[in-house]
Amino acid sequence: MDDWKDFRRVFWTLASPGTVWMLVFFIIPMAFLFVLSFSSKAVVDGETSTTAYNYFSTLGNYVAAGGENYLILLWRAIWTSALATAICLALAYPLAMAVCFAPARWRPLLLLLLILPFWINLLIRTYALYSIFRSTGVVNQTLGVLGLGPFEMLNNTTAVVMGLVYVYLPFMVLPLYSTIEKLDRSFLEASLDLGATQATTFLRVTWPLTLPGIITGIILVFIPCLGTFLTSDILGGPNNWNIGNAIQNQFLEANNWPFGAALSFILVYATSIALLLQWLVARRSKGVDA
Amino acid sequence: MSEPIISIRNVTKEFSGGVKAVDNVSIDIEQNEFFALLGPSGCGKTTLLRMISGLETPTSGQIFIGGEDMAFTPPNLRPTNMVFQSYAVFPHMTVEQNVAYGLKVTGVAPDEIKRRVAEALEMVKLSHLAARKPDQMSGGQRQRVALARALVKRPKVLLLDEPLSALDAKLRDDMRLELTRLQETVGITFIIVTHDQDEALSMASRIAVMNKGGVAQIATPADLYEQPKTKFVADFIGKVNLLDAAILRQNTKTISCNTKVLGKFDIDTDKTCGSEATIAIRPEKLKLTVKKPIGAKLVCKPAIIKDVAYYGDTSHVIADVDGVMLEVNVQNDSRTGGAGVERGQKIFVSFNPHDALVLTE
Repeated sequence: MDDWKDFRRVFWTLASPGTVWMLVFFIIPMAFLFVLSFSSKAVVDGETSTTAYNYFSTLGNYVAAGGENYLILLWRAIWTSALATAICLALAYPLAMAVCFAPARWRPLLLLLLILPFWINLLIRTYALYSIFRSTGVVNQTLGVLGLGPFEMLNNTTAVVMGLVYVYLPFMVLPLYSTIEKLDRSFLEASLDLGATQATTFLRVTWPLTLPGIITGIILVFIPCLGTFLTSDILGGPNNWNIGNAIQNQFLEANNWPFGAALSFILVYATSIALLLQWLVARRSKGVDA
Repeated sequence: MSEPIISIRNVTKEFSGGVKAVDNVSIDIEQNEFFALLGPSGCGKTTLLRMISGLETPTSGQIFIGGEDMAFTPPNLRPTNMVFQSYAVFPHMTVEQNVAYGLKVTGVAPDEIKRRVAEALEMVKLSHLAARKPDQMSGGQRQRVALARALVKRPKVLLLDEPLSALDAKLRDDMRLELTRLQETVGITFIIVTHDQDEALSMASRIAVMNKGGVAQIATPADLYEQPKTKFVADFIGKVNLLDAAILRQNTKTISCNTKVLGKFDIDTDKTCGSEATIAIRPEKLKLTVKKPIGAKLVCKPAIIKDVAYYGDTSHVIADVDGVMLEVNVQNDSRTGGAGVERGQKIFVSFNPHDALVLTE
């Protein structure tokens, strides 16, 4: 590619719309939230104002967010997300391989089937899951005919994790598919030819060479899972709330924006740490493009 | 001769859609041979090589390696190793790890791995680059890694798929010598797949010329060039002038033929011909002279020079004999004048019928 310095006007013309968009709709709001997380509601004429704040006045929001109740919610978000991500990976890898090995003319159709759920709103899909698995839902009614149940299949952590897997599976399959598809088959053939079994070939050649796709998939699944509130609310119920629900609650119900902002930024910090770890791992396995 | 190291018996490979990539091929390859599978692209040579390695399964027929039927032996258990056309050097491993891979996965003891890897790297002159990653190496170096990685396994047969095609011309010449040297040093049977006749002729001890999934001829390089059995082989190996001829008389050791272009002459052959045959004459076997040459046996015709292509050591001349273009190679053995002919010049084309060949298929 040409150096942008040789074509400054072209560069700025192309870069400006996106830059302005990100500035107005991402950087500025996030900066505002960041400031808010260190602020408290101002008291005007003896009443707590809903619009005025004492900026950079307190660390209290973080202290409160670090309380046991909220750490439990954060921890729950982390481990349900981790579990959902792991299940996604376990399901997606063979699926992506299957799509890659399918005849070329089937592949577009298989990929279409994979992204078909995106055509339907997430809320509707989640309620559909709810109606299928609730105690008077389709599954329990069918089991009831056989004289079984009804079983409580919702309002537990398993339901949340399964819901997350259902929603985010395509985000794992797509990056895996694109790396596996690009993977030169002759690497696998060379490994077999050199005496490795299929299993050894997978562990020592296929897996490391598709690691960039695996890491992308993990990031694409784990991070949105961490902030989820819809799935945990509808399928998990109040006992399975996690940090996302707490944030939603602070902004929409308790109307305590500074505290919500602090909770949000705790989530941002957690995400940053995860990305930092990923970067460190990627740096160690250099030679494989991340 | 001892038992062949590889015996291919009536092997056919049919891909989905009914295309026969390899059609009823039988080849025996002897111990320590440098054997080439030569043919145009799509002739089935790579498919045949991959069937020997086990990466493809024959639709029918058998492949024996060292006397054993390989039908149910997967590639990882076969005594063959392959150098892939793309080299397939693992990008996430260093040179050393690449070469050690095949030993490691089969449970060879660590100190033996170390010793054999060092030996193999020494053999391909890469010891100083052992710690490098493949993306820091040139194509030629990566190929040496692929070679070392295969040879370190001490296979009975080394398979090379178009090993020189990705290298530039100078490197290709070096590597050609290198491969011949290696084959003599390690004493392993090499089977090389190539579409480049020069490569096959210069390296191989025997060549199977393949065409449309079948074997056209198996012979030594010299025999292929001087005694091609078919028009396809004559035309594919080197350049050739092919002339249609009517057979006037068939004798025991000779035939009398009549070609439209070069007239009537007698020619030696064991072949029984019908009423028609093809006469093949290599371009270097035709001579150009300004005066009509003297010699009872020479066949001679006047011609006009249509084109002269200068190649330094030789010139390729197109001579027009009664509207038929003949290709003539002339050695530029003096510094002045090159081929000594120029476009439009009137000249005589002659040849000794001993140097021509009768082809019936």
